[in-house]
Amino acid sequence: MVNITIDGQCIETEAGKTILQVAKENGIQIPTLCYHKDLSPTGNCRMCVVEVKGGRFLQAACVTQVWEGMEISTVSERVMKDRKLTLEFMLANHPLDCLTCDVGGECELQDLAYDYRVEVPSWGAKGTRYPVDSDPNPFVRVDFNKCILCRRCVQACAEIQVRDVWGVAKRGFEEQIVAGAGTTMLEARCESCGQCVAYCPTGALSNKMNYGTARAHQVKKVTTTCSYCGVGCQFDLLVKNDKVIGVSSNPDAPVNGMALCVKGRYGYDYIHHHDRLLKPRVRRYLLEGVKKERTGSPWDWVETEWDTALDIVAKKFKETRDATGADTLGFLTSAKCLNEENYLMNKLARQVIGTNNIDHCARL
Amino acid sequence: MNRFNSYREEALQKWDSQMVHSEIPVIYLGTASCGIAAGALDVLGTIQQTLTELGQPARIVQVGCIGPCYLEPIMDIAMPGGPRVSYTNVTPQKAKRILQANLTEGDLAPKMAKGHFGDEAFSSKTGIPKFFDLPMLKPQVRVILKNCGFIDPEDGDHYLAQDGYAGFLKVLEAGPQYALEALKESGLRGRGGAGFPAFKKWELARSAAGEQKYVVCNADEGDPGAFMNRALIESDPHAVLEGLLIAGYTVGASQGIIYVRAEYPLAVKRLRKAIGQMRSYGLLGDDILGSGFSFDINIKEGAGAFVCGEETALIASLEGKRGMPRPRPPFPSDSGYNGCPTLINNTETFGTVPAIMRNGGEWYQQFGVPGNYGTKTFSLVGKVKHTGLIEVPLGTSLRQVVEEVGGGTELPFKAVQTGGPLGGCLGASQLDTPITYEAMRDQGSIMGSGGLIVMDESTCIVDMARYFIGFALRESCGNCTPCRIGTRVLIDRLEKIIRGEGEPHDLEVMRKAADTMVKTSLCGLGQAASNPVTSSLNFFAAEYESHVHDHYCQAGVCKGLFQYVILAERCNGCGLCVKVCPANAIAGKLRETHTLDANLCTQCHACVEVCTKQAILSLPLSAEQDHLLLSEALQ
Repeated sequence: MVNITIDGQCIETEAGKTILQVAKENGIQIPTLCYHKDLSPTGNCRMCVVEVKGGRFLQAACVTQVWEGMEISTVSERVMKDRKLTLEFMLANHPLDCLTCDVGGECELQDLAYDYRVEVPSWGAKGTRYPVDSDPNPFVRVDFNKCILCRRCVQACAEIQVRDVWGVAKRGFEEQIVAGAGTTMLEARCESCGQCVAYCPTGALSNKMNYGTARAHQVKKVTTTCSYCGVGCQFDLLVKNDKVIGVSSNPDAPVNGMALCVKGRYGYDYIHHHDRLLKPRVRRYLLEGVKKERTGSPWDWVETEWDTALDIVAKKFKETRDATGADTLGFLTSAKCLNEENYLMNKLARQVIGTNNIDHCARL
Repeated sequence: MNRFNSYREEALQKWDSQMVHSEIPVIYLGTASCGIAAGALDVLGTIQQTLTELGQPARIVQVGCIGPCYLEPIMDIAMPGGPRVSYTNVTPQKAKRILQANLTEGDLAPKMAKGHFGDEAFSSKTGIPKFFDLPMLKPQVRVILKNCGFIDPEDGDHYLAQDGYAGFLKVLEAGPQYALEALKESGLRGRGGAGFPAFKKWELARSAAGEQKYVVCNADEGDPGAFMNRALIESDPHAVLEGLLIAGYTVGASQGIIYVRAEYPLAVKRLRKAIGQMRSYGLLGDDILGSGFSFDINIKEGAGAFVCGEETALIASLEGKRGMPRPRPPFPSDSGYNGCPTLINNTETFGTVPAIMRNGGEWYQQFGVPGNYGTKTFSLVGKVKHTGLIEVPLGTSLRQVVEEVGGGTELPFKAVQTGGPLGGCLGASQLDTPITYEAMRDQGSIMGSGGLIVMDESTCIVDMARYFIGFALRESCGNCTPCRIGTRVLIDRLEKIIRGEGEPHDLEVMRKAADTMVKTSLCGLGQAASNPVTSSLNFFAAEYESHVHDHYCQAGVCKGLFQYVILAERCNGCGLCVKVCPANAIAGKLRETHTLDANLCTQCHACVEVCTKQAILSLPLSAEQDHLLLSEALQ
């Protein structure tokens, strides 16, 4: 255990913790940008700098471990001044199109600029340095003009998704985030999970599918469980005017945290798709008992009720089993079903129908 | 051990018979990169050819760099029984004449000789001064550079004959604790620039827990105008390797790595050769000299990034990652290369260690001042008369270095950029600053690795700041915000001022940005990158202000911020400027005052350089009117 003081508050804490961790545990706010609790800290944005008594330089709270007798000031004049100028540095090279930016309202840079009352500096290079929407990835919209090089995308891809799609190229002011060795994301093995988008604190990486449809305050977030597979990931559906317009990670999701796969994050467009089947359909000849011609109207799909449809299925199963035996039937279940549903399917196959021909899509 | 002693005996005999008491003349030629650049290889060809022509046997020894770059190429001749005599700025023709005089006529050609390495009597007999009495060399003390220019760096026996590896043997005998104590007593501080006490680093690495440890020599010398490490490695590679070996034994490492720039091919070649020699002496490999200590040395060639001189970036580069610093702690002594405890020191630090181990820590205290013991090498370059590699005790004043060692400047002295591109630009009023880690820091500079760039009145301070900030901008790794964007903010302001569009608030912006960069950057590069701007703003505020307020560059460097005018009182009508002007902007008959048409002038500076009367002045643009009036009045 070590004893430290933060802003005059005496704190006893465990050695090995960072200043940021201790501050957070004690309700002291330190602003961060490149830091994210899910990712290993790099200390590159310098927003979380604090003054440590006796030190010649300010220390980044996210990477500096506490030591015995450390006296820390998180709000000294020096600290506030430097944080403000660091923000000015970032804004001096950031397009100020917040009025129309998709992430306006949930942009961490915007929030900090507001908190620190940053005046947009007259100096700096605000021009477009990189092409907007520069990657053909169908899900991720890339605009590096808005990138503050915090590298969260790089780390999220490397540490969570373990795909290492993003990297850093060039040096100094020319430094930029690149996919692979300067290729497109998909060529760099991207599987479009969108983790990088979820961790991007600005609008540099955003979602292409719902770009320009709504901003944070205009949507209602509805927490739900993903229906694609049995993992049970949770996320928030973004609902605007009673329509699902997107998906965002829910940091409190118990199973998956911020992580989602491409289906969970971007496979939501079936919900309001005009081709979506909302009722069961059967062939006309089955429904009406008409003669099964080779072609023509007997083959039409006809919308019907569940009871009718299931009756037809049951009848056909029975006929087949009686005619050719139970083992001429096979059952295939889906990862989209719950465990309970899969269990019932098993019972249906083995006990009702009487066959062991049952399998699951996850095994194929 | 016995075998090593016999190698040493052989080396001593060889040195005595071939070098000290040679029966045939010994010709020394400095063929480090500096000598080669000055044309030493042409001279070498001539020497060989002349010897064949004369039919005279002589031993040619290619030595490293002895220091004075302005005298290169340097060829020395030691006739049997006589001392070594130095001939400087040797051209092939000159070399031939000197050789003929010496070898066939027995004439030392004292007029062409610059100095000798013999005794007083030889001086009074021949009238040739002692080489080390030359103004540039007299104030110098040679500890690190002791062997440079005296031994053949590619011949390991030469190093052995100079007490080579005696320091290592002593440490082997007395144990690692002796090494630490000697180092502690010597007060040696890291020569990479930060000045961290070397013994502390060694002690931390020694006490760090870990089976596998590494020692790394940082030879990634990336400063513009700095060449201390290159010269040391090219001239005395074994000294650095011995230091590394001692460090490996002391901290308990089994692997040494030299991180050297790929741009130093000759240094790399000589290191490789020296490592091979060490192996043949039994100083590398398993169970070295029967001590049970096993050690090997690898060379890693860097790809030229300046930031890889920062220790954590260097380690990242060694590991094959992007050369980018990471926050400390953990320090490399706890978690360095591949996560193992790693001792990392500068080339010069390692190069100093053998002498300390041989002679003891107390011996080292005779040089320098308390807290800053020892000597330090510097690359003295720029507008100073005597450029070169120098070694002076710490605590020597900048004035001594610039005026005595460097011989001052032709035009009036203006500034000296200390500590390389991340150091401070100090003016005449700071010249009495003693060169110590603390005093340099107090002046807003750093010791750095030891580049000293001297500037005279023809240098524009704003342009100088732009150069160094431009360097930092290109070499910033881009990891942290203040350095990545701060350097850009500074260069934008400086370029604006140089274009003549500077506004007073630009100076404020620069000060503010520089202040935050110092306090919040992640590594030493960002923390020091703004030093050239801050120090020059402090010491040369008037020059910035004349750029900003009057749009006038007195040094005549920032194009468009001055006009060249020929001062009739000084012009003797020699016509030199008329000849060199590429724009035909200067007119005038011979022996008549010349005139310069400002509309045609491209401000290329060629006329100023040839004018022997300093008659061409750079005046403010607003002076045009006055000048015309002046001309009319004269007519």
